Amino acid sequence: MTAVPRVVIVGAGPGGFYAAEALFDLGLGVEVSMIDRLPSPFGLVRSGVAPDHPNLKKPIETYDAIARQPGFRYFGNVEVGRDVSVDELLQVHHAVVLCYGAPRDTGLGIPGETLPGSHAATEFVGWYNGHPDYRDCHFDLTQESVVIVGQGNVALDVARILLHGVDELRKTDIAEHALDALAASRVREIRIVGRRGPAQAKFTSRELGEIGVLPAADVRVSPADLMLNPASREEAAARTSVNLKKNLGIFARYALSVGSGPVACYFNFLESPLEIGGDGRVERITLGKNRLEGEPFAQRAVATGAAREVGCGLMFRAVGYRGDALPGVPFDERRGVVHCESGRVISDAGPMSGLYAAGWIKRGATGIIGTNRACSGETVEALAADLPGLVQAPRGGAVALAGLLEGRGVRTVDYPAWLRIDAEEVRRGRIAGCPRRKFTRVDDMLGVAFA
Amino acid sequence: MGVYVTENCVDCRYTECVKVCPVSCFHADEKMVYVDNEICIDCFACIPACPVQAILGEEDLAEEQQKWIEINRERSAVLPVIKKSVDPLSTADAKRAALGF
Repeated sequence: MTAVPRVVIVGAGPGGFYAAEALFDLGLGVEVSMIDRLPSPFGLVRSGVAPDHPNLKKPIETYDAIARQPGFRYFGNVEVGRDVSVDELLQVHHAVVLCYGAPRDTGLGIPGETLPGSHAATEFVGWYNGHPDYRDCHFDLTQESVVIVGQGNVALDVARILLHGVDELRKTDIAEHALDALAASRVREIRIVGRRGPAQAKFTSRELGEIGVLPAADVRVSPADLMLNPASREEAAARTSVNLKKNLGIFARYALSVGSGPVACYFNFLESPLEIGGDGRVERITLGKNRLEGEPFAQRAVATGAAREVGCGLMFRAVGYRGDALPGVPFDERRGVVHCESGRVISDAGPMSGLYAAGWIKRGATGIIGTNRACSGETVEALAADLPGLVQAPRGGAVALAGLLEGRGVRTVDYPAWLRIDAEEVRRGRIAGCPRRKFTRVDDMLGVAFA
Repeated sequence: MGVYVTENCVDCRYTECVKVCPVSCFHADEKMVYVDNEICIDCFACIPACPVQAILGEEDLAEEQQKWIEINRERSAVLPVIKKSVDPLSTADAKRAALGF
């Protein structure tokens, strides 16, 4: 090798930080720059992980240690595609690793979906976590009946936040505006709806079990829904179906009615939303009944033709996410991810020299925080194998990138500037009696960063 | 709460768990890996990653497996952190077959 390898990572979430960690662990003295659209780093660990799960935010300590490694430089408040292009990044680095996530919800594609009161769960999650993009969202929590479509952990996060008392949430780093709105909540009924059965639900068992111990919850599951078809019984019997078996045990408890809180929390299975109706806002939702067809572990929901209507003033869809395309980067429109193999971005002409992807924009929105560590590890393995061919000539790296951005008048937030924002959030939290009170507007963050 | 590596890991040490640990809380010796529960965040990413289901949450430990709580604590305290996965032990495939996985 003839030059110091200079790599830039786009996106400061888990995928980005684990890519940085793997690059440093190569022991080759790699320079790692990391760009994020927001002044604040840490992606969904900051703005996705629910505030009542503080343990799951601890990876931030790991990321902070990575950011303090020699050779690391943070460029916050920089948007790739607006402030700088992927082509420009490739010109001044030996490699670019795209880790910018998959924040867009896929939608249900049904009539009435755009009525006021129908929301993507991602908006609600971003809002209660203080993500600046969702600062001005409004959720009508004076409604009594809520439907959540989807059977993954995001659906449970939304339900849990609605079920917690604000006194509990006040001790967390939840956004202040969310506390105010939740304090006025009149939600009395939450319905979590999934198109397939209890054996196919993607909930992790611990999160599923958590709902049942919330004092506000009166959890209900229909015993009839737990009568599994033969293929589902086969799925449940498999030795590898550890989480599934636990989930079925929890649902069986819930079928006996768990809790006596004021908010009824239903799990409804084998139902798909067909239409959202209402006069100027969400008032009801039509749910079509499904049955399962297909081989074990590949069962699909097929409509039976039967349907029912349930009243509902607020609806969240938590059914899947996709990333956005970037100019010049091959994109799989169907899956909403960058087109790649083992982390190498692939165009019609073959692998694109120096361009890689990791995290959700590589594999889609699946898995938990740690899944991204394996994912980024695989990408950096590919990058390391290609490195001898990439580092033939020196590149400007972080210094060149900083100069380019400065020339364009972009106000970049470096890591010390982020630490000033961080310290101020923690200080505000101490006064409020919680771990952190987040800034929820970019301008407020920049005010502290450049004070 | 807590996550513990148990007997199925002995002579296997596939280290698939290490790849997905978000906080690098695994430690290893020549036989198996151990979790440092002072560092572990209870995310359970490692539990489904293990090909021989050696890793269990505290609530899933059987009576005779309770000893692994102390073993994980003691061994992780004195062994180095393992950040990257390594090749399984030469005995791994035989042990895995014997366990029926």
